[in-house]
Amino acid sequence: MATDITKVSSHNAEAAASAPGMPQLDFSNWGNQIFWLLITLVVIYLVLSRIALPRIAAVLAERQGTITNDIAAAEELKAKAVEAEDAYNKALAEARAEAQRIVAEAKAEIQADLDAATEKADAEISAKAAESEKAISEIRAGALESIKDVANDTAVALVAALGTQAKEADVTKAVATRMKG
Amino acid sequence: MAVDKSGLVFKPMDQFVVKPLFGGDHVGLFTVTNVTFWMALAVVAVVAMMVLGTRRRAIVPSRGQSVAELAYGFIYKMVEDVAGKDAVKFFPYVMTLFMFIVMANFLGLLPMSFTTTSQFAVTVVLALMVFVTVTVVGFVKNGTAFLGLFWVTSAPLALRPVLAIIELISYFVRPVSHSIRLAGNLMAGHAVVKVFAGFAAIAAVSPISVVAITAMLGLETLVAFIQAYVFTILTCVYLKDALHPSH
Repeated sequence: MATDITKVSSHNAEAAASAPGMPQLDFSNWGNQIFWLLITLVVIYLVLSRIALPRIAAVLAERQGTITNDIAAAEELKAKAVEAEDAYNKALAEARAEAQRIVAEAKAEIQADLDAATEKADAEISAKAAESEKAISEIRAGALESIKDVANDTAVALVAALGTQAKEADVTKAVATRMKG
Repeated sequence: MAVDKSGLVFKPMDQFVVKPLFGGDHVGLFTVTNVTFWMALAVVAVVAMMVLGTRRRAIVPSRGQSVAELAYGFIYKMVEDVAGKDAVKFFPYVMTLFMFIVMANFLGLLPMSFTTTSQFAVTVVLALMVFVTVTVVGFVKNGTAFLGLFWVTSAPLALRPVLAIIELISYFVRPVSHSIRLAGNLMAGHAVVKVFAGFAAIAAVSPISVVAITAMLGLETLVAFIQAYVFTILTCVYLKDALHPSH
């Protein structure tokens, strides 16, 4: 290997001799190294600045945009959910109020029906009562009449039994007076 | 180079020798060498990670895309936090430096590989590019106000000239430390791995040697990333000086 190097770089021999063990200080090949280094750096610079860095910057920006958009969308959906909840609560309250109104209405209607029926029933009852009263008073009048007839007949019969002919009109008159008294 | 009586062969520095890839022994300016090959592999790795990994542009990323996005976010945030919001236009430049260094460092961990970032020729150029960029941007952005970087207004007036000299020296030492830190760290670690590998020739200590190599490679994996990170963050710190020279 040592002979290899002396063979490979006979050109480097004097430099190697002047700087034993430090091949880096062999200035004869610096021009070559610097030439290739500059080419390498230019290639890397062009690749990075033209292709890689703009691409990565675009991807990062796009990702940032996506994240921002997603967050905005989430906020929007959250707002929508809150809105929907509000609407739901409102609808619920409305439905409750409506139900109460319907219940009250139904109650009022039933009450009205009930009142009407009660009134009708009362009227019917009083009509019936009046009718009954009338019938009773009729019956009572009838009874008085009958009593008068019976008393007349009885009086006439009694008078006849006593052997006296009495005028029927007189008897009736007398009975009526008696009954009054 | 060092073959002693016991038959142990230590050639820890051979891995850093630049060799033509297709035979011959002359390294001219345009010769395709192992440097060319491993730099090309770094380019391939960068393209695979940053371009092929992201080709689906998925909103929900695949694993490959996540890694590319992670690297992007890591360096972007570093530039933004350390150098300021107005330094973002230098982001592709900083990203290029980071991706090249991190890929070259990790490729250098492969057995039999050649670590391009352990070459001073490479790191010195990288550091000088940063130094020149920072200096030029500093003067273009701030004019002579950029010299305020060396004039510490918060210090007592008498101390300021002294501090200015110290600041000036430290400013010009920056590219030196910037480059030697990277190459030195990688070179040292790789050389140590090779030394341990040399001991593996002795049957009695070879298990220890293998364990030591494993441990060193673990450490080197850490160093490979940390040195790329350090180089990049120092670039950002220097950029901040250029954009906002006031202390």
